[in-house]
Amino acid sequence: MTTPPGDEMAIASNDDVVRVRQVVRAAAAAAGLSLVDQTKIVTAASELARNTFIYGGGGSVRVERAVSERGRAGVRIVFTDEGPGIPDVDQALTEGWTSGSGLGLGLSGARRLSDEFTLETQVGKGTTVTVTKWTR
Amino acid sequence: MERVPILKIGEVLLVSIQIDLQDQTVLALQEDLADRIVRTGARGVIIDITAVDIVDSFIGRMFATIASMSRLMDAETVVVGMRPAVAITLVELGLSLGGVRTALNLEMGMRLLGAGVPGAGGAPARANGSGGGAGGRSGAAGPR
Repeated sequence: MTTPPGDEMAIASNDDVVRVRQVVRAAAAAAGLSLVDQTKIVTAASELARNTFIYGGGGSVRVERAVSERGRAGVRIVFTDEGPGIPDVDQALTEGWTSGSGLGLGLSGARRLSDEFTLETQVGKGTTVTVTKWTR
Repeated sequence: MERVPILKIGEVLLVSIQIDLQDQTVLALQEDLADRIVRTGARGVIIDITAVDIVDSFIGRMFATIASMSRLMDAETVVVGMRPAVAITLVELGLSLGGVRTALNLEMGMRLLGAGVPGAGGAPARANGSGGGAGGRSGAAGPR
C-alpha cells in the first residue's frame, strides 16, 4: 500500500548521508509527521545510511510515502546494498555490538526509533533494511 | 568538505554549528578544537547546537569525545541549545550523553563556565579546583 513510488538515490559518500537526511526530513514533513517523529525517523535514516555506506560498501535508498491498513499516512525508507551481508542478525541488532568503530547503536537505535523495521540479509549478497514511521 | 568555525571569547572557545554535519566535518572539528585549546589555553568550550535538527550516534559521540578530550587539556565543555525533539530522540536512540555538561542556551552555558556575560548576573572567576591541571598547563600552553 504505497503511493507514489519514491525517489531512489545512491549512497556513495558522506555527503550522500547528509542528503538522505534532507530527503527524509522533507518526506516526513510532507506526510504530516510531528516534529518529534520527523526527528526520530531522520535520525534512524542517518544511522542506516551510514551503515549502507560504511558496512555495505555503498548502496541506494528509496524514500516513499506510505499509507497504513488503517489509513494512516507515513513515510517508508528502504536501504539496499550489495555488500557482505550480516552473518549474525541477532548479534548485529544487539545494542552496543559493533563490527566496526561505531557505538553499536546504528541498527538497534534505528529499530527503536521507527514504527516498523525489517532487515533482510544474505551473506555475500547484501542487505536491505526497511523502516516506516506513521503519523499518530 | 565544510569546516565549522571556532570563535574565541575570552577564555572560552565557541563552536556554533550552522550546517548539516557530515562525518568528516565532525572529525575535523574534533581535531581543530584540540589544536585551538592547546594554542589558546582556553578554559572552556561551548558547542552551540541551537540550529542542529538531528543528532545521530556519530554526532552524539563527537560531543562525548570533545568533552573528554578537552577535560584532559583542562578545559570544560558545555553543549548548549539542544532542541526538545533532539533530546527525546537521543534518549530513545540509546545515547544519554551522561558525561557531557549541557545548558539550555549560550548565556547559561557561559555562566556555567564562569564566563558570564557582563550585566547578565554573577560572573565569578572560574571555579577553583584545577591545582594539578593548572601546573601542567603552564608548561604546555602558549601565552593567552
